[in-house]
Amino acid sequence: MRRFAVLFEALDRTASTSAKRDAMAAYFRNAPPEDAAWAVYVLGGGKLKRTATSTELRLALAAETGYADWLIDDCYAHVGDLAETVALMLPAPEETADDTPLHVWMETRLPSLGKLESIERMDVLRQWWHALPRDQLFLVNKLLTGSLRVGVSHRLVVQAIAQWSSLPTDLIAHRLTGTWKPGAAAFEALAGPERDDEHAGERPYPFFLASPLEHDVASLGESKDWLAEWKWDGIRAQLMRRDGGALIWSRGEERLDGRFPEIERAALELPDGCVLDGEILAWAFDSDKPLPFAALQKRIGKLKPGPKLLADTPVRLMVYDVLEFGGNDLREQPLHRRRATLEALVAGHGPTLMLSPAVTAEHWEALTTVRTESRERQTEGLMLKRLDSPYRVGRKRGDWWKWKVDPYTVDAVLLYAQPGHGRRSGLFTDYTFGVWDGDALVPVAKAYSGLDDDEIGRLDRWIRAHTVDRFGPVRSVEPTHVFELAFEAIQASGRHKAGVAVRFPRILRWRTDLAIRDADKLDDLRRLATG
Amino acid sequence: MDSDLLLPRPEGLYCPAGDFFIDPMLPVPRAVVTHAHGDHARSGSELYHVASAGIGLMRERLGATATIRDHAYGESFTMGDTRLSLHPSGHVLGAAQVRIEGRGLVAVVSGDYKRDPDPTCVPFEPVPCDVFVTESTFGLPIYRWPPMHAVIDDMLAWLEECAERAVPAVLFCYALGKAQRILAELAARSDRTVHLHGAMLRLVEAYREAGVRMLPTQAVSESARGKDFAGELVMAPPSAAGSPWMRRFAKASTGFASGWMQVRGARRRRGYDRGFVVSDHADWPGLLQSVRDCGAKRIYVTHGDGEALIRHLRETGHDARPLRSLGGTVSDVRDSEEGD
Repeated sequence: MRRFAVLFEALDRTASTSAKRDAMAAYFRNAPPEDAAWAVYVLGGGKLKRTATSTELRLALAAETGYADWLIDDCYAHVGDLAETVALMLPAPEETADDTPLHVWMETRLPSLGKLESIERMDVLRQWWHALPRDQLFLVNKLLTGSLRVGVSHRLVVQAIAQWSSLPTDLIAHRLTGTWKPGAAAFEALAGPERDDEHAGERPYPFFLASPLEHDVASLGESKDWLAEWKWDGIRAQLMRRDGGALIWSRGEERLDGRFPEIERAALELPDGCVLDGEILAWAFDSDKPLPFAALQKRIGKLKPGPKLLADTPVRLMVYDVLEFGGNDLREQPLHRRRATLEALVAGHGPTLMLSPAVTAEHWEALTTVRTESRERQTEGLMLKRLDSPYRVGRKRGDWWKWKVDPYTVDAVLLYAQPGHGRRSGLFTDYTFGVWDGDALVPVAKAYSGLDDDEIGRLDRWIRAHTVDRFGPVRSVEPTHVFELAFEAIQASGRHKAGVAVRFPRILRWRTDLAIRDADKLDDLRRLATG
Repeated sequence: MDSDLLLPRPEGLYCPAGDFFIDPMLPVPRAVVTHAHGDHARSGSELYHVASAGIGLMRERLGATATIRDHAYGESFTMGDTRLSLHPSGHVLGAAQVRIEGRGLVAVVSGDYKRDPDPTCVPFEPVPCDVFVTESTFGLPIYRWPPMHAVIDDMLAWLEECAERAVPAVLFCYALGKAQRILAELAARSDRTVHLHGAMLRLVEAYREAGVRMLPTQAVSESARGKDFAGELVMAPPSAAGSPWMRRFAKASTGFASGWMQVRGARRRRGYDRGFVVSDHADWPGLLQSVRDCGAKRIYVTHGDGEALIRHLRETGHDARPLRSLGGTVSDVRDSEEGD
């Protein structure tokens, strides 16, 4: 794995995307294909099924170093990365020659841990630690505990493969979607010439992703050139009707087999050789709008939903695009043509496959007015899609915009903080905020993002100097600072102390102008939850 | 009583028996200053006692008009009811530990120190004592410094890579101590000229006057307008990162030399391309070694987040406490980012 460790270091040592792309392309050119295949997999964010728990890693580290558990936990909180903590705490071995290839680690060694009892597993781990140079030790632990996170996106890996193979990035992206299985042949096939049957089988198309509209809607030109739809708050999915069956892929390129049987069943009535793009929504039979996202969450977790859940929380696929029809790839066609095909296709297919209606308005101003109904309709705002645009790959700006309604906001008090991870390791960046319930502050939201580096630094120093109590890595602070938080939705929740749960909370700004008595009340939040 | 010898006060660490302060933050009548870093040597006091080896730097820092008495390492002198001597701490040129003997006790205040070899200063001398006040900037076992020759190998490889890519190599590090140590270490392996940010010039000169051999240096400000720094090594304090001064070094590869670079997240957060683990503070093994070497019955820990070190020392049979527990009201928290 030495060669991969060298690549990792090169990627870690530069912030330049072009340098990263060049380093990966050079690696793909020179590495044995059976290793390069796994490099594609892990750099693109792929993980192995977890074979050892972080507790086991910590216990093995304690056994290896003789340090107390609390000291190991302190170090981990400071470093913010368990794999790195292990590498830093173990003595560097004298001379080590271990160069077990990456594919052997991924296919044999790491999976073999899963078959062992916990005690044996820690023994094997410690034997590996003894034999590995520090950089490889770090990587093995990373591969064991999660993803690599080296500032490389899936898209950048795709670009590097395209650079190495001299093929278009969209083709590479498509070849990597779905359950791409790493292996020498699969890696070499990535660079092979384009075939007629590229679109066959179970491989989904790469999703086209919208960008947030951050400028005035009028800057998009004439409203008649655009299709407006509601922005549904569900799970983005691709429904494939091929080879006599039906398959659903999530946007995370996970197969959702069996989770949504009503959609799979409805899909079988579609003609073979078609692929639809849409949103899975929980939707009661007699309702004119979807159920809140929390209802859908009950379904997401269930591999095989039982009859009661199916009856209480039925789902629908709100379809908004057709990517393949009659076995032909339609993605290059303009949206208005695809839309016509789609309308004909889903007409008469009952409510389970439902066409996402066009939201029509005379002009932008009228549309702006309609948009104010978003929340009532249980949507997040509007989508704007250019009528003559193709279906693109990934997040390309210009043709698809999400025009969300303004988020809810609340003024809340900082109560707890704990150190962040990765880039924010060693800094207190994970915050818990509370609002007033009578004369007590109760926690209502955790937020990690929204402050700039200066503010994070200032708040970090303040937290260290004003810690009232500690619970492991978590510090409670004197209630002093008020922050304005934004969130997308609020729901009643039995699992949260405050009785409500907010969705996607983030910090809008540090309200240095407010004192803690000016923070909002839990009752205000409860009112929003019922609305 | 320990507190007859040492008592934290708002001005700084005070010795009642000798009536003087160590590294006071505010002006006082009598100050003993351990080393010339800005968070330890502050101007305005009436009289300073310092180690002779660092007199040039102290003059630079405290001003030409300050009244300074300098003492050779190991030389004994009297302050009130106490006998004092200064002993090398290996931190930077002229850095000293303060040994205080009085009321039947010997206390040693380490100031900042390290145990790793450094060609620019006299190595740390373990001083037997009853009470040891130690720093703990890097008081966690994840901090174990790599051997300097390995870091220099890494740095030279980086310079070669920058030369190949025809970009400047800008190395950020503290202007006092770290810069000179790196220039001295590099001098054994290279004879190139290094370009310096203005803030480093006089400090490097002070080291040269003290007889420290370093690579030849040149002020960036004295280079011709439009000079191409491709393949050159430029050294600057961290405050220059992201400043307009950096515009001269388009496309530069940037590095930071600091103990904090041991942790990957710390480097990524600061946005440097390369981190070099070089510290003038003791690492974890160095802290424990020093506690053992001085044989003190009681250890006081100063400097930031010393809690892990204190708890570890206690669990391994030492009487260790935070310095702030020694009565008084001073906060012993300095911004540890500064002190490296």
